[in-house]
Amino acid sequence: MTGLLYALASLGAFALVAGLILAIAQRAFHIEGDPMVDKIDALLPQTQCGQCGYPGCKPYATAVASGEAEVNHCVPGGERTMLQIADLMGVEPKAVEEEAAAPRLAFIREDECIGCTLCIKACPVDAIVGAPKQYHTVITDHCTGCELCVEPCPVDCIDMVTKPELLEHWSWPLPDTKRSQLAHERRDQHAGHV
Amino acid sequence: MPATFRDIAQRLGMMAHSFPGGVHPDQHKLSGTSAIEICELAAVHILPMKQHIGSPCSALVKVGDRVLRGQKIAKSEGYVSVPVHAPTSGRVVKIEEHPIAHPSGMGMPSIFIETDGDDTVDETLAPITDWLNTDPAILRERARMCGLAGLGGAVFPTFIKLVRDQRFPIETVILNGIECEPYLTSDQRLMAEYAEDILTGMRMIKHMVGATTGLIAIEDNKPEAVAAMREALAKMDGLNNVRVIELATRYPQGSEKQLIYSLTGHEVPAGKLPMHIGVICQNVGTTKALFDAIALGKPLIERVVTVSGDALPNPVNLLVRLGTPARQLFSRQGLEDFDGLQIVHGGPMMGERLKAPDVPVVKSTNGLLALSTRAMAAAHTVEQPCIRCGHCSEVCPASLVPNLLADQCRSDQFDKAEDYQLFDCIECGCCSYVCPSNIPLVHYFRYGKGQIAVDRREQSFAEASRQRSELRDARIEHEKAEKAARRSRVRKTHAPRTDTVPADTKPSADTQHVDTGSKSEEKK
Repeated sequence: MTGLLYALASLGAFALVAGLILAIAQRAFHIEGDPMVDKIDALLPQTQCGQCGYPGCKPYATAVASGEAEVNHCVPGGERTMLQIADLMGVEPKAVEEEAAAPRLAFIREDECIGCTLCIKACPVDAIVGAPKQYHTVITDHCTGCELCVEPCPVDCIDMVTKPELLEHWSWPLPDTKRSQLAHERRDQHAGHV
Repeated sequence: MPATFRDIAQRLGMMAHSFPGGVHPDQHKLSGTSAIEICELAAVHILPMKQHIGSPCSALVKVGDRVLRGQKIAKSEGYVSVPVHAPTSGRVVKIEEHPIAHPSGMGMPSIFIETDGDDTVDETLAPITDWLNTDPAILRERARMCGLAGLGGAVFPTFIKLVRDQRFPIETVILNGIECEPYLTSDQRLMAEYAEDILTGMRMIKHMVGATTGLIAIEDNKPEAVAAMREALAKMDGLNNVRVIELATRYPQGSEKQLIYSLTGHEVPAGKLPMHIGVICQNVGTTKALFDAIALGKPLIERVVTVSGDALPNPVNLLVRLGTPARQLFSRQGLEDFDGLQIVHGGPMMGERLKAPDVPVVKSTNGLLALSTRAMAAAHTVEQPCIRCGHCSEVCPASLVPNLLADQCRSDQFDKAEDYQLFDCIECGCCSYVCPSNIPLVHYFRYGKGQIAVDRREQSFAEASRQRSELRDARIEHEKAEKAARRSRVRKTHAPRTDTVPADTKPSADTQHVDTGSKSEEKK
């Protein structure tokens, strides 16, 4: 009988101590916000284009993390981003609905610009410079090609142009051999189940 | 000899160091004995805006401008960059894109100069005769102004290397006269014919970096170059601690890191430069160009080019002005019909294969080869499965495992490839050369490196966009909060007058990105 009491008492005491440690640990190592949101946000291309239906990449990441949105809504990220998010979330990959267009840049036809600053306010990454009644122009190095500036322009002077291919940004393609193509196809099948 | 014995012998100084791996391709030094000839001026010289590693230049001249020989026509943008000079006097006829020797086949904006035949020299740069008593910083600036870049083929801006850094004192200057690529003989002839200029250039380098010893490395397949350099060295004073070292011929001995290991027994750590281990390595052609720049005040406007190949009737070494079209050099040597030939810019192991000989001679052009298809039979058309013979690992001068790396690159496992030191690969091509299965190993490595670079660029762009977007959100929040605070302040002070906002509460400009950002919002 005493053996049983000893066992109960020692186990109970142990449980109490462990519980206390856990309680303190939760306070001490408390994390603000959801780390999942930041992880998903890091995978997104940060174009802030809103094509996913959310006002930016961070809001979409929040929605995905909370399970509110599916993993396949990021258009510019394409299949690769979808697979990465699905992998991170531990959910089944889903087919991407919209094909991503070739990367583009906004271009302002300056002689038609009236200097209304509406595009400057629309740009999610501050990539347009200008002042009221002065020409505006796009900083090409900062433009994500989100097209959000095109709609607000009252004189329709913003074009989306194909991003010029730079010699410095060129990279070697895969060797044009059967084996290299085969290996790639097989890898795609494994990764995407598509 | 077992590797451990060799290691012990090397440590005791009983045996020379030797880089691992390497191959012995057929030499084909067809033009090794023919003296350097001076090439005629071309009718139109084509000068790409970027002939070095680093950022491209921007043009200083307009169409129609008259330029003189040696005049700066494009200025460097950024630190890792050197200017471009006019190779002869003439008129700028157009500035537009022209094909260059690049695997992408893309062109580069180039300045076209129509030669007037007078070859009038621009006299802006005076020779520095008393260079021994000149501040090294002035000499270094001269090397930059004269557009000097490594003429061995990598075209890294020379002035960057020629620096005195307190943290990394340079002890040894190495002159690279290895020229291990088959066919190429331009450095060989330069050493045989301009030994004194090269040695004076070496003295300049020693003076600039404050080095005490010097080594001149030449492969033993160039005996006349070794003899000429030794003879000149014996005559010249001021080069007491300098030796000419004859190394057994092996490819890729001319690669900087491999050469430094062979000569000093020290390895350049991954991601570091030779200066971090107290060594500076310069190609003999670059050293000659440095001599010209300082002692003669001559910018880099010409270089020695080996025009060779088994399909060329008269292989030769030519002193060519930059911008001369390759086609002209081939036709000078009696080759007009390029049908069924492979034209290579550089050496056959590492050079660029060209579709057509329409590129101009640039600073990196150490050779122009016309090879018959028989010579290029190793072109990898049918890739067979790897049979794990291990030859590629045996010949890799960077001690990598090429077959494994190729598998990883092929299947896009770039993290793993980086763990296996993909970036230590010098793309020498030894592994592809020996592969019995015709696997284009180097091509896979270039693909892998390229993809990793693309990923990194996208990552950093996304990160920058995210930061700008967050800053913008924070700014908008801040503006809103300020406006709300002002409203409530206004209500308090003008309590009886409700619903009217006085004019003086327009937001101040200092917190806003766009001056009128919130003004127009208020109007709404």
